[in-house]
Amino acid sequence: MGDDPDTPPPQPDSHHSAANLLTRLKAYEGRPAAVAGVGKDPVNLPMIRHWCEALGDTNPVYTGSDAVAPPTMLQAWTMGGLTGHTGRSSAYDELLALLDESGCTSVVATDCEQEYLRPLRPGDRVTFDTVIESVSGRKTTRLGTGHFVTTRTDVRVGETLVGTHRFRILKYAPAQRKKTPPRPSRPRPVVNRDNAGFWEGVEQHRLLIQRCTSCATLRFPWLPGCAHCGGPDWDTVEASGEGSVYSYVVMHHPPFPAFDPPYAVVLVELAEGVRMVSNVVGTPYDKVRIGMPVRLDFRTYDGDLTLPVFRAAADEAAAEEAPV
Amino acid sequence: MRAGDELPPLEIPITRTLIVAGAIASRDYQDVHHDPELARQKGSPDIFMNILTTNGLVGRYITDHFGPRTVLRKVAIRLGAPNYPGDTMVLTGTIEALEDTTATVRIVGTNGIGNHVTGTVTFWMRDAE
Repeated sequence: MGDDPDTPPPQPDSHHSAANLLTRLKAYEGRPAAVAGVGKDPVNLPMIRHWCEALGDTNPVYTGSDAVAPPTMLQAWTMGGLTGHTGRSSAYDELLALLDESGCTSVVATDCEQEYLRPLRPGDRVTFDTVIESVSGRKTTRLGTGHFVTTRTDVRVGETLVGTHRFRILKYAPAQRKKTPPRPSRPRPVVNRDNAGFWEGVEQHRLLIQRCTSCATLRFPWLPGCAHCGGPDWDTVEASGEGSVYSYVVMHHPPFPAFDPPYAVVLVELAEGVRMVSNVVGTPYDKVRIGMPVRLDFRTYDGDLTLPVFRAAADEAAAEEAPV
Repeated sequence: MRAGDELPPLEIPITRTLIVAGAIASRDYQDVHHDPELARQKGSPDIFMNILTTNGLVGRYITDHFGPRTVLRKVAIRLGAPNYPGDTMVLTGTIEALEDTTATVRIVGTNGIGNHVTGTVTFWMRDAE
């Protein structure tokens, strides 16, 4: 990609770069993944015994002085183990790195085909050569989207071919979880000593307005003192629920979690004279109008968040018949 | 033994121990076969059995049934639904072909979520000595 100054930078979603990636992947076909690899240990009884114990295999031909190794252990003798292999060809690592770069960071083995030409016995030292047989086009599977990489390994003892082993892996970008993520919750109100009474009222489906006990001025939202006379003492009156749209804006952008734009944010003037910000539910955002009469309602969001909302007063009768 | 014959099923409880012991016995230290935390980070709900263990179990299924004279020639498997801890895999087999002394058995290993493994095993019988 970086060699040619005329090549545009990679664009993961473009057809061009997908084709380009495939071309680069295909270039690895036929290249060696391992040349004259050497098994870390000669075929030996302890590893055979561990295998048989793990798999519950009690076949007597795997024990005793004439023991042979379970044929299906073929690949195990070639494995790098915890510390990995050294001296492998770089082509396979490069191929996997290229797939990593393309987002295919996960790997799962999908196919294994082994042929056994002669039994392996304790003392046999295996060597192996692996070739990258094929790299598939981009495939979508239940696990995710990626490429199948098939390798073929010839396992030898000395000059003798003892087995072959074709192995296919899927190198893939994990699919998004099938479960759709839970809808983000609405923002929670900050409840403090100054406004706790308001939210307690809402819980009981009562819209409470503060009233100054010195000058009787109503105030909303809730505040510690009266903006008119400065008096700190107050009681409450319950809103009748009647009101009208004093003003509104329609939110198109930016989208906030838990909200689906466009929607109208309204400033409702209550019959008592105070104004509050809320929504008019049940009315399309483009049908909200200044002056339209509304009536208080309560809705519960996310299972536990009750909020005062309004609906068009004209809709009220219908709403009572068929609650939303 | 004739084509179409079915082998008795073999039930294999998929324990954590089997998954980990199989991975280590096959020299496969990929974290998804022993570390649940890292398996989850890679999008898997838990560790799962590696293909080498499945391959070994398929071979064992055939040699368990046909006995120590069985000589495996070819095992070709494809994996599907992963083997997770707590599941049970049931291996079943059907004799697909018989030519001279060589037999091919089609095997299917199912678990609680589907077909874990499908494939064929080709083998012959060593003469009794």
